[in-house]
Amino acid sequence: MSKLSLKTEGEKYVVVTRRFNASPAAVYRAHIDPELIQQWMLGPEGWSMPVCINDARPGGKIRYEWSNGKGAGFHLTGEFVELVPPNKIVHVERMHLPDPTPDNHIETTFEPDGEGTFMTMRMTLPDAQTRAAMLATGMEGGMETSYVRLENMISANAELNKMAS
Amino acid sequence: MDLNAAFSAVADPTRRAILARLAHGEATVTELAGPFQITQPAISQHLKVLEDAGLISSRVVGTKRPRRLSKSAIDAMDHWLVMLRNALEKNYERLDEVLAAMEQTKKTTKEMK
Repeated sequence: MSKLSLKTEGEKYVVVTRRFNASPAAVYRAHIDPELIQQWMLGPEGWSMPVCINDARPGGKIRYEWSNGKGAGFHLTGEFVELVPPNKIVHVERMHLPDPTPDNHIETTFEPDGEGTFMTMRMTLPDAQTRAAMLATGMEGGMETSYVRLENMISANAELNKMAS
Repeated sequence: MDLNAAFSAVADPTRRAILARLAHGEATVTELAGPFQITQPAISQHLKVLEDAGLISSRVVGTKRPRRLSKSAIDAMDHWLVMLRNALEKNYERLDEVLAAMEQTKKTTKEMK
């Protein structure tokens, strides 16, 4: 069962919601403490975050560096705008791929929900220019999936040949 | 969709800008040529490259042929959202474990006191 919801809102926003079995204070802390962030904000399987700078105060800098351990990596920089512990974090971030993407303004709120926390993250969708560039990225991802599928087909075929001989 | 054609099509900044404009909705050649310092025939040439790559399609309305993003281009955008969703799902599953460990540490610390 998936607890995550991701929706686009109008032309400008992506809204992500998720419930956690922990207090708002704990979820908030896991979003600002570098040692904790490095344990979970890793994206797809196989990536790590060797550098995590997170100066959690208004105007404080953010710098996350990811690596796949095989020479590939990218980083993100940002600044905190507003912090209301343990209920709200507002920050701006951009990816460097290596050219910086336009600023993404993100507001994350943590509301008590019974024994747990209901998180809402409202991200600004990239501008139309970036969305067009993303179309290209999407294609790249699609191509990768096709290659994996092709590899599976080749190895399945090799198995069949082995069985036949 | 021919991926090689699609990649070379989006490698050009003018064509990326055209796609960006079409992300907002259908537009005619005249409307597309508006913001650029280039002639309509040059825009038409860019549109042909995008159309051949399967990124845009056109329809006939009287004497006009408005262009729009093709389904495959929109699917690519959806694909990006799916990738974002998958990455976030993985993140939050790990966060669940981090939060459970924090709770455990808190309990252990209390017991020690």
